[in-house]
Amino acid sequence: MARIVLDDLAHSYRPHPTGQDDYALKRINTVWEDGGAYALLGPSGCGKTTLLNIISGLLIPSQGRVLYGETDVTRLPPEKRNIAQVFQFPVLYDTMTVRENLAFPLRNRGVSPADTATRVMEVAEALDLVSVLDAKASGLSADAKQKISLGRGLVRSDVAAILFDEPLTVIDPHLKWQLRRKLKEIHDRFNLTLIYVTHDQVEAMTFADQVVVMYDGEIVQIGTPQELFENPEHTFVGYFIGSPGMNLLPVTVDGETAQTGDSRIPLPPALAEKARAAAAAGATLTLGIRPMYLGLEDAGTGRGVAARITLVEDQGDCRIVTAAMGDVTVKARVPEGRAIPSQEARAVFPPEWTRIFADGRLLK
Amino acid sequence: MSFSISKVDKRVGRETYLADIDLHLESGSQNVILGRTLAGKTTLLRIMAGLDRPSRGGIAENGRDVTGVSVRKRNVAMVYQQFVNYPSLSVFHNIASPLKLAGMAKADIAARVREVAAVLHIDHLLDRLPQELSGGQQQRTAIARALIKDASLLLLDEPLVNLDYKLREELRTELREIFGKRDSIVVYTTTEPSEALMLGGNLVVMHEGRVLQTGRAEEVYRCPSSVTVAEILSDPPINVLRTRVDQAMAHLGDGLSVPLDGHLAGLSPGDYFFGVRSHHLFLERQHPRDIELHARVELAEINGSETFIHMTYNGRPLVVQEEGVHQRRMGEAISFFVRPRKFYIFDRDGALVRAPLFEDA
Repeated sequence: MARIVLDDLAHSYRPHPTGQDDYALKRINTVWEDGGAYALLGPSGCGKTTLLNIISGLLIPSQGRVLYGETDVTRLPPEKRNIAQVFQFPVLYDTMTVRENLAFPLRNRGVSPADTATRVMEVAEALDLVSVLDAKASGLSADAKQKISLGRGLVRSDVAAILFDEPLTVIDPHLKWQLRRKLKEIHDRFNLTLIYVTHDQVEAMTFADQVVVMYDGEIVQIGTPQELFENPEHTFVGYFIGSPGMNLLPVTVDGETAQTGDSRIPLPPALAEKARAAAAAGATLTLGIRPMYLGLEDAGTGRGVAARITLVEDQGDCRIVTAAMGDVTVKARVPEGRAIPSQEARAVFPPEWTRIFADGRLLK
Repeated sequence: MSFSISKVDKRVGRETYLADIDLHLESGSQNVILGRTLAGKTTLLRIMAGLDRPSRGGIAENGRDVTGVSVRKRNVAMVYQQFVNYPSLSVFHNIASPLKLAGMAKADIAARVREVAAVLHIDHLLDRLPQELSGGQQQRTAIARALIKDASLLLLDEPLVNLDYKLREELRTELREIFGKRDSIVVYTTTEPSEALMLGGNLVVMHEGRVLQTGRAEEVYRCPSSVTVAEILSDPPINVLRTRVDQAMAHLGDGLSVPLDGHLAGLSPGDYFFGVRSHHLFLERQHPRDIELHARVELAEINGSETFIHMTYNGRPLVVQEEGVHQRRMGEAISFFVRPRKFYIFDRDGALVRAPLFEDA
């Protein structure tokens, strides 16, 4: 199987949809390249699980086609597609040993005992399960059980893609790192396509080569974690990615300055020109800057915009500082060890990190 | 009201769920219990609520023993992980139910319900049924029902764990504000170190049924009493290096040694664990006094604004957390740098001997 193509896909759970609001998936046209690691990221209700279920075959879309390579698999059930799935809760046979669990899919397909044993050992090694191969699955921890669920998909040599639906939800934070590391190793070693659904942007951003951000049934942006972070195409992506999300301020543009209340923020000339043109065409403008890039300086420097600090939260490796610029609130992320002005401060907007959105879309 | 837990044990069959718990909570305090799954957080909360009895020891309110007093006779409100609402009642009636049970007048109930619903931004959903709501809205309904009682003890058991990442962020800020305005004792449990630090207040670190350390969250963070506490309270987990100290130097392995200067001065010879946080390890030299270590990249994770490099050093897993995007290939040999004065020194049993000195406020 080469790649997965979603052709004019849409889905409504209602038998007779009357309008856009009745659709869980609105219009999806996209290609998943062979061997890629993708994360489907979005808030609850955005349609990511619906999309995953259509890709896996658990759901037949009300419109459009799913192609694996050149083959139309839209109406094929999951067991007839060469995919494996890992869900939020481990799916395995509690009463069998780890070895038996991993061997099961192969025995089912009539693979010889010798080949089965080899493959089981290979996958057990890849997943660090060798030491528990002969233990009963029921007594193992949640993360070990998830590894077994994953292993049952990996043993099959005809599997070309693995689909994950929030697989780390039941795993303790300190173990999530290890599992994600395992997933990356598996990805590199077995060269499979991995599609991973999550509402947790940390998981999506650390796991995936390409993140697919969804909102309200649509794909809003596909890009690398860096692209999504530095150049979100939509204010929603700016808000959803990053903790805290992007500061978004409604502004008007006059000359080469963006204005909100009494605050005047300088813009690079080229961006200012585009902003003025968009406003002239009737667009509403929003200025965006990520907390990591917003500077906070002592009131005395006179640079930037006047701001009053209202809250400092210590997160250990950094502080999140909330400041009021007139009626508008902004947040800045200040690394450990750097001084924070006491109350009166200046908020500095580096032009290279200042973004303007027209009607929610990034001006480029 | 003050609340005490004295010498509480909880055993079920041969399993010890809680051992030797001693806690004293002041009126109006906000307390976070941080621990991994199965640390005993839920068990402890249920005993505090009066839903379970301890095997040994007791609980007291304002000095008065309430061990074994049924939860119905106590003044406790509890919020669970799986948003529990009455499915056949509207949001309004869900929130109103504790007041109805208490026999409050209808008009008064209505006013109180609207007030609490407004605080949680669900006042426009009062006519809906729980199944018509999103997860976040259902959990707010459950929280509203807990808040309306104005109970002296408000217990929340990982209340945000089943919600969206973004929603968790937003609700956490709202909850902190709500808790700050009340006189109740609030106890909130979580498995996430970042959540514990963000909520602030008093932190109770639990592990395998025991309380390991309590104190203000920032203080426990700066001075964890043991390697275990340091590991539980950091994400990514704190890096730990096996170190041998002799008369003059600390030997970190791989021929690397540091003189016993600064806060390392006067350490008695022996085996230690040196701990260093992942954001105190760097891919480039920051300072002339930095020491340089060598390892191989096992994994590089980039989340758009930060890079996490996973390596093994001297047989132990390490993570470097660095701002910005730094591409590194698996298997690549790299150098990383650390300032010796950032080391936490733990003895061979894992107990804290020295913490790094902190210059700024």
